[in-house]
Amino acid sequence: MKHTLSVLVENHAGVLSRISGLFARRGFNIDSLAVGTTADPAVSCVTIVVDDKENEIEQINKQLNKLIDVIKLKDFVPEEIVSRELMLLKVSATDQSRSRIAELASLAGAKVADITRSSMTLECCDTPDRLENLLELMRPFGLKRVVRTGTIALEKGNEQLTID
Amino acid sequence: MFMTVSQAMVNCLEAEGVETVFGYPGATICPFYDALSRSSIRHILVRTEQNAGHAANGYARITGRPGVCVVTSGPGATNLITGISTAYMDSIPMVIITGQVVSSLLGSDVFQEVDITGACEPFIKHSYLLKDPARTAQVFKEAFYIASSGRPGPVLIDIPMDVQKMQVNFSYPKEVSIRSYKPTSKGHPGQIKKAAAALFEAKRPLIVAGGGVFSAGAEKELLAFSQKAAVPVVNTLMGIGAVPADYPLRLGMIGMHGIRPANYAVHQADLLILAGSRVADRAIPSPDLLARHKKIIHMDIDPAEIGKNLGVDIPVVGNIQQILSELCELAEPSWAENWAAWREELVGVAKKYRPDYGKRDGYVNPKLLMHQLNAMAGEGTTIVSDVGQNQMWSANEFAVKNGRFLTSGGMGTMGYSLPAAMGVQAAKPGQTIAVCGDGSFQMCMMELATLVQHRLPVKTVVFSNNRLGMVREHQAVAYDNNLTAVFLDGSPDFAKLAAAYGIPSLRIHKNSEIDGALEALLAADGPFLLEAMVDPLESTL
Repeated sequence: MKHTLSVLVENHAGVLSRISGLFARRGFNIDSLAVGTTADPAVSCVTIVVDDKENEIEQINKQLNKLIDVIKLKDFVPEEIVSRELMLLKVSATDQSRSRIAELASLAGAKVADITRSSMTLECCDTPDRLENLLELMRPFGLKRVVRTGTIALEKGNEQLTID
Repeated sequence: MFMTVSQAMVNCLEAEGVETVFGYPGATICPFYDALSRSSIRHILVRTEQNAGHAANGYARITGRPGVCVVTSGPGATNLITGISTAYMDSIPMVIITGQVVSSLLGSDVFQEVDITGACEPFIKHSYLLKDPARTAQVFKEAFYIASSGRPGPVLIDIPMDVQKMQVNFSYPKEVSIRSYKPTSKGHPGQIKKAAAALFEAKRPLIVAGGGVFSAGAEKELLAFSQKAAVPVVNTLMGIGAVPADYPLRLGMIGMHGIRPANYAVHQADLLILAGSRVADRAIPSPDLLARHKKIIHMDIDPAEIGKNLGVDIPVVGNIQQILSELCELAEPSWAENWAAWREELVGVAKKYRPDYGKRDGYVNPKLLMHQLNAMAGEGTTIVSDVGQNQMWSANEFAVKNGRFLTSGGMGTMGYSLPAAMGVQAAKPGQTIAVCGDGSFQMCMMELATLVQHRLPVKTVVFSNNRLGMVREHQAVAYDNNLTAVFLDGSPDFAKLAAAYGIPSLRIHKNSEIDGALEALLAADGPFLLEAMVDPLESTL
């Protein structure tokens, strides 16, 4: 089962390496990991999506909490969050396919970010499964490059993870 | 007050009540050493950096306060890594100071540069790279707090040489509060009640005491609880001495190298009360199998240990001194009747257990030697064992009244005994005995010089069998007796080696020489080395 962990950490050098090192040495699998600062510049938020195949989520939580730089973390309930991921993808485009690609992109909620004679770069910010869908739509045209940011997530409604 | 950072570092140590540090200087830590030379803090110069770690480890375990060691950057720091990981695995509080290259050159692979905070990250409680001089006092305060609170462990402060020379307006903070670090300290009353109820319902309860009993200073509470409800006690390697050796309900050490009465008790129990024990593989090799027909109460300061290796029925997270004392309050002496038969059975099994103290042809029986050493050593003696067969011979015979048994439990670091004993001796005058084999002795024998230089009267017992005995035994059993790379031919004459350091020594070959040799060892004013020749085929158990 996939878990989305939202981890508030001190914004220090080396914190990310402590977190990724923990996952590596204990054999926990990371699906995606995204880091950024929060409204408080001293605090960063690390969003980690974990594929928990071996019921390790409790240990993952506990071990993360043991890191001194981890202020607080929450294992989000999937139904209770808004989650998004940004994807940029470069797809081969010819005079014949260009309009078809643009049409599909628009239907899938993606925008054209760049265009050349032989390629188009699309940007799409959506849930991971809808990004997968876009990827499959574009695959037949010839994918040149795909980059994704990893998922970030927030609780719906007034719920919020705070450091106090 | 304005001063250099290096002076501030010394002031921080003084403010923390540090009396002794163990270390080895080098260029990048020289500013600190310069300031240290003008303080009242005693510096003990070890002969290799790893041993500064072990000495601080021994010091910490005896004083209950963080041990401090100081080394230089690069190889000084990497040599210390084994000392750090050894402390980490056994949850020993330590503060480690390493010099670092000039901060403007960090990351450019200059002479003796190594990313030591990065290298130690997997086996250290926390680390700092101190680049801002204004943070000096705060970082030291936090380091000592983190090292000694919650589940104790080593904390590293890496300080570039130029930072040590900078000026800082120093004042030591009185309080420390780290928003991201709030160790659980009190066990939940509801959980303690549940634990008491489970005990009341049990027919065959058993306490498993681990090293956490010492970390929490919970020896008295453990004994009081065990006595009040008459619950038998076994211990792990790290929990040796948690209850007195002459306590009638003590059954001894469990696990791979434990003794039969203790392992029998673990397997037959219907309720295990784990007190500060992390269910490590050597103590409890197959936790899932074990837990099938029992209830488990797990008391530990570290929530991550609960459920890590063993499913638990009643977790109690917190300081086990407080938990045990509250559990003791709830337990009733009348409950002891519920498991009278169990107690009787175990005492019977324990009585049947007879270690083999028999004669060995042309050799000393190491179990007999350890038995006699424990009988003859005075109250309060500390025995520090090394790793290997000597460790188990020492562990299973430990019986010193109000004494301590120290060893590298989690890491199993060979070469631990002599430097750790050195740290013990520096902390507490009195009888300190390092016990090692001829393999492990050769990993730390350079420290004989430290004993002499700093007048540390540590006594050393070396069991010599010209083998890496425990590996030999393992190869005999698991590799069809294909003995390889376990022969220690080429070892020096240890008596001559001791003499070269001006240390008196004795070598014995038979059981009848044991008592006389031990008398000489115990009576010596300074360091003393006793070499006992042991049959290469002598078994661990």
